[in-house]
Amino acid sequence: MAAQETSQSATFRHAFGNVLSFAVLLLIGVMAFSIRLFSVIKYESVIHEFDPYFNYRVTQFLTKSGVYDFWNWFDDRTWYPLGRVIGGTVYPGLTLTAGTLWWILNSINIPLSVETVCVFTAPVFSAFASWATYLLTKEIKGAGAGLTAAALLAMVPSYISRSVAGSYDNEAVAIFALIFTFYLYIKTLNTGSLFYATLNAIAYFYMVCSWGGYTFIINLIPMHVLLCIVTGRYSPRLYIAYAPLVVLGTLLAALVPVVGFNAVMTSEHFASFLVFIIIHVVALVYYIKGILTPQMFKVAVTLVVSVGMVLCVAVLAVLIALVASSPTKGWSGRSLSLLDPTYASKYIPIIASVSEHQPPTWPSYFMDINVLAFLVPAGIIACFLPLSDASSFAVLYIVTSVYFSGVMVRLMLVLAPAACIMSGIALSEAFDVFTRSIKFHLVGTTQNPQDNAGDATKVTQNDVKSEKSEDTVKERSSRKSKKDKENIEKPSLVSRVEKRLLVLPLETSVMAVFLLVLLGAFYVVHCVWAAAEAYSAPSIVLTSRSHDGLHVFDDFREAYAWLSHNTEVDDKVASWWDYGYQTTAMANRTVIVDNNTWNNTHIATVGTAMSSPEKAAWDIFNSLDVKYVLVVFGGLVGYPSDDINKFLWMVRIGGGVFPHIKEPDYLRDGQYRIDSQATPTMLNSLMYKLSYFRFVETDGRGYDRVRNTEIGKKHFKLTHFEEVFTTHHWMVRIYKLKSPRNRIRGKTKRSKSSLQKSGTSPSSKRSTRKRNPWQ
Amino acid sequence: MAAPKFAFLLLNLISILPLLVSSFSVDRPTDRRILVLLDDLSLKSSHSLFFSSLKSRGFDLDFKLADDPAIAVKRYGQYMYDGLILLSPSTERFGGSLDVEGVLDFVDSGHDLIVAADANASDLIRNIAAECGVDFDEDPSAVVVDHSSYAVSETEGDHTLIAADDFIQSDVILGNKKIEAPVLFKGIGHSLNPANSMVLKALSASPSSYSTNPSSKLSSQPPSLYGTAISLVSVVQARNAARIMISGSLDMFSNRLFRAGVQKSGSLNKYEKSGNEQFITELSKWIFHERGHLKAVNLRHNKVGESEEPSMYRINDDLEFSVEIFEWSGSSWVPHVSKDVQVQFYMMSPYVLKTLSTNGKGLYHTSFKVPDVYGVFQFKVEYQKLGYTSLSLSKQIPVRPFKHNEYERFITTAFPYYGASFSMMAGFFIFSGVYLYNK
Repeated sequence: MAAQETSQSATFRHAFGNVLSFAVLLLIGVMAFSIRLFSVIKYESVIHEFDPYFNYRVTQFLTKSGVYDFWNWFDDRTWYPLGRVIGGTVYPGLTLTAGTLWWILNSINIPLSVETVCVFTAPVFSAFASWATYLLTKEIKGAGAGLTAAALLAMVPSYISRSVAGSYDNEAVAIFALIFTFYLYIKTLNTGSLFYATLNAIAYFYMVCSWGGYTFIINLIPMHVLLCIVTGRYSPRLYIAYAPLVVLGTLLAALVPVVGFNAVMTSEHFASFLVFIIIHVVALVYYIKGILTPQMFKVAVTLVVSVGMVLCVAVLAVLIALVASSPTKGWSGRSLSLLDPTYASKYIPIIASVSEHQPPTWPSYFMDINVLAFLVPAGIIACFLPLSDASSFAVLYIVTSVYFSGVMVRLMLVLAPAACIMSGIALSEAFDVFTRSIKFHLVGTTQNPQDNAGDATKVTQNDVKSEKSEDTVKERSSRKSKKDKENIEKPSLVSRVEKRLLVLPLETSVMAVFLLVLLGAFYVVHCVWAAAEAYSAPSIVLTSRSHDGLHVFDDFREAYAWLSHNTEVDDKVASWWDYGYQTTAMANRTVIVDNNTWNNTHIATVGTAMSSPEKAAWDIFNSLDVKYVLVVFGGLVGYPSDDINKFLWMVRIGGGVFPHIKEPDYLRDGQYRIDSQATPTMLNSLMYKLSYFRFVETDGRGYDRVRNTEIGKKHFKLTHFEEVFTTHHWMVRIYKLKSPRNRIRGKTKRSKSSLQKSGTSPSSKRSTRKRNPWQ
Repeated sequence: MAAPKFAFLLLNLISILPLLVSSFSVDRPTDRRILVLLDDLSLKSSHSLFFSSLKSRGFDLDFKLADDPAIAVKRYGQYMYDGLILLSPSTERFGGSLDVEGVLDFVDSGHDLIVAADANASDLIRNIAAECGVDFDEDPSAVVVDHSSYAVSETEGDHTLIAADDFIQSDVILGNKKIEAPVLFKGIGHSLNPANSMVLKALSASPSSYSTNPSSKLSSQPPSLYGTAISLVSVVQARNAARIMISGSLDMFSNRLFRAGVQKSGSLNKYEKSGNEQFITELSKWIFHERGHLKAVNLRHNKVGESEEPSMYRINDDLEFSVEIFEWSGSSWVPHVSKDVQVQFYMMSPYVLKTLSTNGKGLYHTSFKVPDVYGVFQFKVEYQKLGYTSLSLSKQIPVRPFKHNEYERFITTAFPYYGASFSMMAGFFIFSGVYLYNK
């Protein structure tokens, strides 16, 4: 009777728990969405930064022309005159996602503009990502950890920085895809279901569509499989989780035009194939072990191992030879810089020049994951108690992502979900322990009768255990669950004693819970601050607050609008590649180079032009049919990421291809300076001239507020370029190439020479004439 | 008789009125209204042959004294003249608002100019010439002297009246008819920068000439200008097709030298009439765009077998290209016939360079295959020929790669692979059936 009642109350509680967690998840989703709206509220609903503008433009094209035209899109407005095959060089996941969203909304008569859909894609997908985190963490450590992790992820600053409203970049959907793929992998691993394995391959396909970071998945999962095999955790479930993923996933990945044959030909994918072979060998070994007697098996092993060793060595030699024969050893530059953090800065200035490819500093960890950094170790420990396949995956995930985040600040984004999962586990375990202790004490004090108390605790305990055993279908060792069952069957007394041993004092528990809540509160405060202040700036509109109020710098859009209204449709605009995407998207003008840095030579050509004296630069630009040159200059308002600060990269990248540009020519004693100590090469370079032309007229002495110095050369004229537009705060300056001289002047400047002559030759009859000496 | 002509002129004027911003209208490049600036109004009669030849060709001459304060070439931002003749070598300053910059702006907005200097050429004239790439001898008293190819006259003289017959070899500039008699020239010489491709010697001095002050003794130093480096008359065609003629002699335009007979020293040929009239007339025809002006129209391209102009080509498409080139004959556009017009299919460098064939009626055409390279190409016609205005046309056209469905669907050589995959599928299907249900 009592048992029935308790079981009834248990199912009731269970249902209530489900409803509650559903509500919590919903709220988490709402929070994830709404915390990312600061950028819209504080600024406006606008696409941010650089790459999102390209994605936005592509999405516009997609919604206008359809999927097939998008697939075959040859864009003649970038990389003039080379053009760019956009359909084949872009990860289409984000664009297709937003395009589909737009299409669905429009077909149900919600007429949102493409821009609005693009702006809000990232927040929507961050809600999805937190739900995926819940699912993943639930698979690893149960629903409580899942909810905590989801809540943490919903507001982790690192992820916010890439997914605020308007930040319409690949990472916006890719992080969701990443976590969801991991979830499906773990789900397959726990259930051994082919259905989930297939879903996993499809999720992996979506990830491949979305982001180049898919290589992280296709290397991490094999690593985990290998780890499981090495630690003796091989099981058919592992096989089902892995083998279909490799086969289907690789086939699907090869369908994405930008990946294509790379899916089987580049070294980033080799690990998965190697592990694929290994897992088959292991499966075979287990099978043979099953049908042979132990002695026969030993004989077979020695035989196979000796033959296998020879074969392996041969195959390995071939592989190494193949890999070594390719110039970059089969690895693309970006991936190589992952393994060797100094690779990029040594060999590929174009990669090193991007700030998000630099290694992060310590403060950025505290900025981006805040208190999670302290909780992660606890989470790792929790994952070892007990270690399951799923939790070992989580550990592997955090370890690798910590390494990668240390290489490139951009990969902090991959670390963030791992840190959230770990912290979620840590927090939930901690709360679990503390609340259990509190509950134990409270029950112990309020309910005197021992038996009752015992029963109650037993019930709750059973409840917990059974829940756990439900969950631990996933947990690999059947021994474990057997033990659980034994536990349950054991008399309550033993468990009670066991429990008491694990119980902490009441005061400590309350205190600890309070402190943890405080920690969480700090985290929330920090996240909200980061979302509101640090990561919501669209960088296309800048603001600054000074004593006389808020200043808005809308110079970029001013300049692009000028271009689109005052230049011919087919005019070419040259600028450093950072502004390429924006120019094509906002001004709709052809650019020479843009943020898709696929052609180093072309970028080097522009870099060389910027580092050359005026005439040489004019020749280069003219050969590229350039009509306008756009430079970004922050010296007047103190905008630090302007072209003068990027100039050394232009010199380096230009010099990498055209050796007559030498970096030391631009440095005085190894120092980069633009004041009177600057080298003549520096002062005569096009970039210097275009940035500081007429600058002295602003304050009379030419004081640069970014470099905090007075400029070196103040009064000069431009011979081959003419200023056509300078924005309100001088942040963007647009110059036009002068057309070649209509006439070629003779060698003598008559007025001067004849003036001298008239002074020196008094006998000349013309010296008697009246003349204007200034003529 | 005069009324219809006037009406015609008026009609012309009306027809070109909307296009007055640039000098020559697209339809009629020949100049109409010319401002003549003179040092002295007596030049009007002493050089009347030159002026009447211009008038008879339909030009509308407006004579002004160079220091007339009412001189203005521009009103309300528009030029009132199509050409300017400066027969005012000694003028130090123009009257009115005109100055060196004014003259050069006039040229740079596409108008034509004739400048004549002489032995006492002013700085103003020298400046104008220098700006056009012509450097008169710096010695203000120097004139061109030639002791071997001077014009024979009754008095021995100082050999400053020279008989020059080293003309530029161009029918376009000097007309089809060969100039038989030498040109009489009395004035100062100038030199050109050999690197300057826009300025040409229309009349060069002989190798024995030199530039010096004839009244002074020759010093031991060689004169600064001598031999064929001296140009007597030069023409400039600016990038915007404005044409300039610069002569070191005002006298060569005069009636006296137009009518004078000429015998070059050392030559037995004695001509009744000097070559001046023919030379000046023909050259002025060229200067005022009665000749040598080309226009290219109807630049077209299309795929072979189609007539519409596509917005984009695919690699390896076959295309046809055509352009029509006409030449201004002075009164109408006639087809320009030439065998050396070329088209480039250009992306940073020419990928295709083909000579166009012509049908004799102005149409030039060719066909070629788009190279196997995608990118933004240009059809470029760069036609620069001595005497003609340069043609520089370009039309941008992107070339795209194959679409995903434009590749061959089934390749014969790959049939073994297709066979392998389909047999694999079939085998797997049979295997699954046997494995699942055969128990």
